[in-house]
Amino acid sequence: MSDQLILTPNINGGDDFYAELLATHEGLSKPQSDALNARLVLVLANHVGNRAILTQALAAAALTQTPEE
Amino acid sequence: MKKIFEVPMYPYARHADQDAAAPVRHKVIVIGAGPVGLGAAIDLAQQGVEVVVLDDNDKVSFGSRAICFAKRPLEILDRLGCGTPMVDKGVQWNVGKVFFDERPVYDFNLLSEDGHQFPAFINLQQYYFEEYMVNRVREMQAEGMPIEIRGRNKVSAIGTHPDHVTLEIDTPEGSYNLEADWLIACDGAGSPARTMLGKDFVGRVFEDNFLIADVVMEADFPTERWFWFDPPFNKGQSALLHKQPDNVWRIDLQLGWDIDKEREKRPENVIPRLKAMLGDDVEFELEWVSIYTFQCRRMEQFRHDRVLFAGDAAHQVSPFGARGANSGLQDTDNLGWKLKLVIDGKAPESLLDSYDTERVYGADENILNSSRSTDFITPKSDMSRLLRDAVLDLSEHHEFARPLVNSGRLSVPCTYDGSTLNSADALSGPDRTRPGSACPDVLLGDGYLLPKLAGRFTLLTIDAEAPEVIEEAGITVTRLALSVKDDKSLALKQRYLGDCETGVYLIRPDQHVAARRPSFDENQFRAAIRRATGQE
Repeated sequence: MSDQLILTPNINGGDDFYAELLATHEGLSKPQSDALNARLVLVLANHVGNRAILTQALAAAALTQTPEE
Repeated sequence: MKKIFEVPMYPYARHADQDAAAPVRHKVIVIGAGPVGLGAAIDLAQQGVEVVVLDDNDKVSFGSRAICFAKRPLEILDRLGCGTPMVDKGVQWNVGKVFFDERPVYDFNLLSEDGHQFPAFINLQQYYFEEYMVNRVREMQAEGMPIEIRGRNKVSAIGTHPDHVTLEIDTPEGSYNLEADWLIACDGAGSPARTMLGKDFVGRVFEDNFLIADVVMEADFPTERWFWFDPPFNKGQSALLHKQPDNVWRIDLQLGWDIDKEREKRPENVIPRLKAMLGDDVEFELEWVSIYTFQCRRMEQFRHDRVLFAGDAAHQVSPFGARGANSGLQDTDNLGWKLKLVIDGKAPESLLDSYDTERVYGADENILNSSRSTDFITPKSDMSRLLRDAVLDLSEHHEFARPLVNSGRLSVPCTYDGSTLNSADALSGPDRTRPGSACPDVLLGDGYLLPKLAGRFTLLTIDAEAPEVIEEAGITVTRLALSVKDDKSLALKQRYLGDCETGVYLIRPDQHVAARRPSFDENQFRAAIRRATGQE
């Protein structure tokens, strides 16, 4: 497995995924949605597992990473 | 009936030193007769070093205070001659339960590894712990060993000199002066010795308070550690229930930051909180109540020339991990043999600098773990609470989240990676026994391994040849020859050889590994002995 975070398009059916993400939040209050997002982050992080990639993902999400060539 | 902590164990008695024309010089003076001070004193006196313990009080710990003692300190106490009574009296436990709101979210089992003389943890009130140590001191005195405790001897001034320390001591009959070649300050988190020497104590205070109550009750809760996040009886906070001997139960209730400590400690305010937790129909008696503010701090250096700091005086951590008294005993375990060698002129004074570096390393590890537990238990921002609660909710349904739940990472011994006393690892053996590690125990045909390694340098050979005795730079190293064939459980092989066929270990008097190689190489091991004693 590569130690490099994927930052190019990688989801098959991106629009479907995005719609599913929104649908999962539908009808939830703001606190419920926030809690769901927090759980989602943890579930995905565990799936990734790789500590180096997680660190890169945190930096990418924080928008502090300088764009790569 | 009076509690053990209400009876003077070492009452004030006038000593001839108080009538001496000039201050009497002692080899070592220890300030503080708590677990750490007594541990230091017993260790040194067992090695024949004359030691006087001064304490401003005359009784054991008031209230239970430290209650959770881990395997490594019990192994150290065994070498000090008081491990067995503690294990006999203590409550052993293996199971922890975690609750979130009203729901049990998961259980854990410490799953103690086989082949260890001592359990992973016992719960024992600090007053019993200290009582057994004082009993050990009395036993040693009866055998003529050079140790004494002076109660109600309060150190009021400390003077430092290149080759000794002077002390001014207040007693009920006035003050007197003493001198010591070496001073070990084990006078607790508020260490007056530290203040007198003007040393810093830097770190982080967590803005939270915990009510700590010991209640005596006949209850049918199992012998388990129960931890609640955000329970209905202490909304938005946390709680802990843990069993001690004699039907005493430890209850910790998080109270938050903005409270009136004196008011919260009054029984009329404590009892309703406990009833809300235990139920109205449970009969209990309050034994002791305290309020604790979490702090993680340490001195920059634990050695200041002839003054050595140990235990809470040197470093303080939040509870919930059993890292206070437990790490203090690892301090004295690290210090005892080094100070003995220096006093005997067999090692340079600079060997004591390794006490500083190794135990600062240990303290930083404890502070890191303890700070992380505290951040999980008492989230300080909306987002940290959101993530914490997400972990707890997930832990009820999915195994992956359970290791992220942090209600205290329970104390394990520190491995002194990178210590200048270590020789480079030359055996491709198990990680857990790399240089710097505390030796794991193994049950051999004729008893446990650790007592065979106690208190002296040992050359442990496993299916390898070596001389029975090596003398190097004033240090005598004796061989302990073992074979994997002697251990049907294969624990010796798993813990010390891994995939290797043979191994030779140089083990320090504190049972930490100094060097290891597949076979005996005389030059390499002689160098390792010099290095492990600060002579190279």
